[in-house]
Amino acid sequence: MSEKFDVIIVGAGPAGLSAGYILAKNGLNVIIFERGDHPGTKNVMGGVLYRQPTEEIIPRFWEKAPVERPIVEQRLWLVDEESVVTIGYRSKGFGEEPYNNFTVLRAKFDRWFAEQVADAGGLLITETVVEDLLYDGSRVVGVKTGRPEGDVRGNVVILAEGVNSLLTQKAGLQKDGINSSQLAVAVKEIIALPKEKIEDRFNLEEGEGVTIELVGHSTMGMMGTGFIYTNKDSLSVGCGVLISQLVEREGLNPNELLEYMKSHPAVKKLLQGGETQEYLAHMIPEGGYRAIPKLYRDNVLVVGDAAMLCNGVHREGSNMAMISGKFAAETVLAAHERGDYSEGMLSAYQRKLENSFILKDLKKYQNVGLVMERNPQFFKFYPHAINAALEEFLTVDSIPKKEKQRKIWNYITSRRSKYEIVKDMYRGWRVLG
Amino acid sequence: MHIVVCAKQVPDTAEVRVDPETNTLIREGVPSIMNPYDAHAVEEAMRLKDKYGGKVTVISMGPPQAEEVLRQAISFGVDDAILLSDRAFGGSDTLATSYILTNGIKKLDEQEKVDLIICGKQAIDGDTAQVGPGIAVRLNIPQLTYVMEIVELNLEEKTIKVARKLEGQKEIVQAPLPALLTVVKDINELRYASLPNKIRAARFKAMVWNKDDFPGIDPEQIGLKGSPTAVRKIFPPPERGEGEIIPGGMENPEQATATLVEKLVKQEIIADK
Repeated sequence: MSEKFDVIIVGAGPAGLSAGYILAKNGLNVIIFERGDHPGTKNVMGGVLYRQPTEEIIPRFWEKAPVERPIVEQRLWLVDEESVVTIGYRSKGFGEEPYNNFTVLRAKFDRWFAEQVADAGGLLITETVVEDLLYDGSRVVGVKTGRPEGDVRGNVVILAEGVNSLLTQKAGLQKDGINSSQLAVAVKEIIALPKEKIEDRFNLEEGEGVTIELVGHSTMGMMGTGFIYTNKDSLSVGCGVLISQLVEREGLNPNELLEYMKSHPAVKKLLQGGETQEYLAHMIPEGGYRAIPKLYRDNVLVVGDAAMLCNGVHREGSNMAMISGKFAAETVLAAHERGDYSEGMLSAYQRKLENSFILKDLKKYQNVGLVMERNPQFFKFYPHAINAALEEFLTVDSIPKKEKQRKIWNYITSRRSKYEIVKDMYRGWRVLG
Repeated sequence: MHIVVCAKQVPDTAEVRVDPETNTLIREGVPSIMNPYDAHAVEEAMRLKDKYGGKVTVISMGPPQAEEVLRQAISFGVDDAILLSDRAFGGSDTLATSYILTNGIKKLDEQEKVDLIICGKQAIDGDTAQVGPGIAVRLNIPQLTYVMEIVELNLEEKTIKVARKLEGQKEIVQAPLPALLTVVKDINELRYASLPNKIRAARFKAMVWNKDDFPGIDPEQIGLKGSPTAVRKIFPPPERGEGEIIPGGMENPEQATATLVEKLVKQEIIADK
């Protein structure tokens, strides 16, 4: 093909579309490749879209975009076999403009987002797989797609290909590849329920939403979390665990894990009568700070999941994808102005990430993954212990409270020594504090 | 050679359901696609163009969003695509639709003489198979339906020879050009669009012809007014009952086979020896 583009973006997810939107708005000739029928058909997320980072791309997007519900309450469940301890925060302000975050369905939101990119002048090419970068000597000059006459030339390629970062690896930016302890597998069902039922069951005003994160027995003690999010007239229900831990449990597959979570008495009641409409599964890049690939080279930038930008502790990912897309776009705009797409010029992208919450947060939590993986008690023993302690404490049985406290303490310390508990607290504080 | 292909946007019937209470089609949220037979018609036109040269124009009648179908045709590499769209065309049945499309084809013919018209054998939403033949009758040209293979195209003699797919056999027939074909899926395999054509399609804006582009069109023959067909009832076909299982096949296969043969003979599915 003879036409040359200013920018080629691989992948029309949150990162690629954010970059594409800003670049097209600024008059650059942008082409975005998406392998799905439409944007949003191949990517998966739990379902929380963050308002502030999204507004950095499209101000007041919620007035037009297909969002599900603004989230007014976030709950954390510490789950034991038949019980649950709930912690939560609810705010009236979260339900009013400008909102804090929303539940969304990617299939609807990304399609809308892509229309905004097209209206801004970006060219979206769907059902097309990019198979490799196109080289002139060692210089990247474009991409090779799987279509006949499928080579396209461009000044710079932004890899927004998602967690399965094949091109990033081929470009020599992720030399060790990715392994199963850097990846979680998440499965999710969209379960239809009438609006009124959702609002009754989750204690919501009309149109409001809630999120619940589940930790503990819901993932059978494996490192991971479960979630229940409210959409307009459906629930997103799912769970994700580290692949390396799942494969150790021979014969257990992710769907069974989700079925198990759905059968918990506290979960079951919320889903009752719902009809499963969709079943989705995807990988999540959980490698953290240490697993981040090299993010730039001459004529190439890496953004979003492909760049391992995901914060498992705070279940943030789409926000990092969008902001990294924005940083990449800004970097490319500066490079375009000078006509210089060298590694030195594009390294500005790395500095933008370092100076933002993205790499600051990922650096702060860089040891969480490893420590949690090596210390299964955080997902097994402690959620159970807190449930057991509260069960004892809240059971009214004419035993003096002092004696109850002693009983709880003895129960816990007979299962984990005081020394180990102190060590765990220190570990937790070290990696999270 | 100028080939015109008629293509229709239809709901993906694989995803359409019938509302059991009102007996109407639930169209909400159902994706629209190019009628699959029409896609094969576009493909065949492109194969002829690749072989003999010339020009392929795709024409569709429908609401503005039917442009999507024309975009898909462009991704196959066709030269041009025209959308016939007007509120006055809305509600047309097969009679009115064939009248409007005929007007469109005549207008194309004035610009560049049309040698061949290709349609899909039928649309998967209405399943009538009437529009293609309707156009042929209105243009007073031969119609070759259910075409599974173009055997020969003779541009000097201006003839076309095709194989028609009939039940359990095929029929080879020949007709002078210009002619109209309706094609079945067996005729070809759809191509994987090239990237330049895919990009051309993404940027394509179809030319729209409305009622005013046809000064001679008879307002009595278009839209609801020109449509004598009325839908009386829509209902899902009755569900098939369970199949019959003849027992004892493991223990006594001869006996089970004899029972099966007896049943098949009784129902005149196989002949009694």
